[in-house]
Amino acid sequence: MIYLDNAATSWPKPPEVVEAMTQVLKYAGGNPGRSGHTLSIEGARLMYNTRETIARFFNSDNPQRVIFTANVTHAINIVLRGMLKPGDRVVTTSMEHNAVMRPLRYLEKSGVEVDVVSCSTTGELDIPAMAEALATGARLVIINHASNVTGTILPVGEIAPIVHQADALLMIDAAQTAGVLPIDMDKMGIDLLAFTGHKGLLGPPGIGGLVIGNRVDARQIEPLILGGTGSQSEKEIQPEYLPDKFESGTPNIVGIAGLQAGINWVMERGIDAIRDHETELTKNLLNGLMEICGIKLYGTCNPELSTAIVSITVDGRLVSEVGLALDEEFGILSRVGLHCAPSAHRTIGSFPDGTVRLAPGMFTSVDEIHRVIKAVKEVAQS
Amino acid sequence: MSEYGVALFYTTSSVMAAEKLLLKEGFTIKLVPTPRQFSSDCGISLRFPWETNQDVEAVLQREHIEYESIRQL
Repeated sequence: MIYLDNAATSWPKPPEVVEAMTQVLKYAGGNPGRSGHTLSIEGARLMYNTRETIARFFNSDNPQRVIFTANVTHAINIVLRGMLKPGDRVVTTSMEHNAVMRPLRYLEKSGVEVDVVSCSTTGELDIPAMAEALATGARLVIINHASNVTGTILPVGEIAPIVHQADALLMIDAAQTAGVLPIDMDKMGIDLLAFTGHKGLLGPPGIGGLVIGNRVDARQIEPLILGGTGSQSEKEIQPEYLPDKFESGTPNIVGIAGLQAGINWVMERGIDAIRDHETELTKNLLNGLMEICGIKLYGTCNPELSTAIVSITVDGRLVSEVGLALDEEFGILSRVGLHCAPSAHRTIGSFPDGTVRLAPGMFTSVDEIHRVIKAVKEVAQS
Repeated sequence: MSEYGVALFYTTSSVMAAEKLLLKEGFTIKLVPTPRQFSSDCGISLRFPWETNQDVEAVLQREHIEYESIRQL
């Protein structure tokens, strides 16, 4: 079996991740910050240490501003639904996932002004177009760091000064990039970073986070979920203190342990080494697929400008047929369809049919990529 | 009054930050359930020998760790 669906969730996971999660379930299963006994405190220490790891990994200086969430969608919803009020203006791009577009379209109905800047058919963002959209000001700009359909990387660092000049905040959806591209919140000018733990960070599903930069006044964000925090228990009012304000309910301590182990694994290998490996895989995949007659490639077709995602269609074949043939006949697991990103598919011209997305990962080998090329060729010529 | 004091905090996360720093600086401390005689925002407090109360407070202030108060048990 060749797993090429790492853009949906990475697999396999490092043994260290499995081990860290098992340790918590076996030996340290207390509810963090609730009871004050030995195991509860041990859980709270693990949570705090993981906040520190995350803050360091994304170069944000305050671990108290690292909020644990269930996934990146949850993190995005906290900010969009907690911050934007009727009359506010938000700017985004046409390459966004529905994790961004659905909350924005929902908010639009209540009077939030949503401006979608069109990207090119390769998924690239025109910086002057973004500047023009910001000429009339905005409260927030939310863009993906890289597309989940084409892998196209958006120039976050170049956009940040324009965003800040317009007195807006910059939020990044790092679903596809955390763990595979360097992310430095301070240097890149990122005010709010939403990430998930189960993709490039190699952790389990069910854990993600929101990192709130120092330029953001967290009092301006209403919590999405209210409830017990283990703090201010005498009051029936949600606390304002971070991170508690946004973390009601028992946290996913098992997921947090796995996330920490995943980030440590990434830091030990080094993000540059991971990026080099994935770029090599993408380059091989693109080169091989380009030579096959009847294959259409989407995105920039330049591995330096994208993450390890190659989206294709085969002339005269439904993407579902291609995906099924790759799975049944060759044991190659891809993801076909619209990838929860109709706007991105419209932008690249593959709506409503969608594409076959091939997404190698850290554990994919060059040899496997060559077998994939051969298999796609056979499917295309059958 | 006992020979111990406690530092009370607003969030568990701050207690953990304080514990880490104070241990690194060699303080003798223990995390305990917040004594019920004190009304605190957080269920866990940091206990230390009362004689070190000024040093504990100095570290918390220097490192900008938000705390509610320091009390003698």
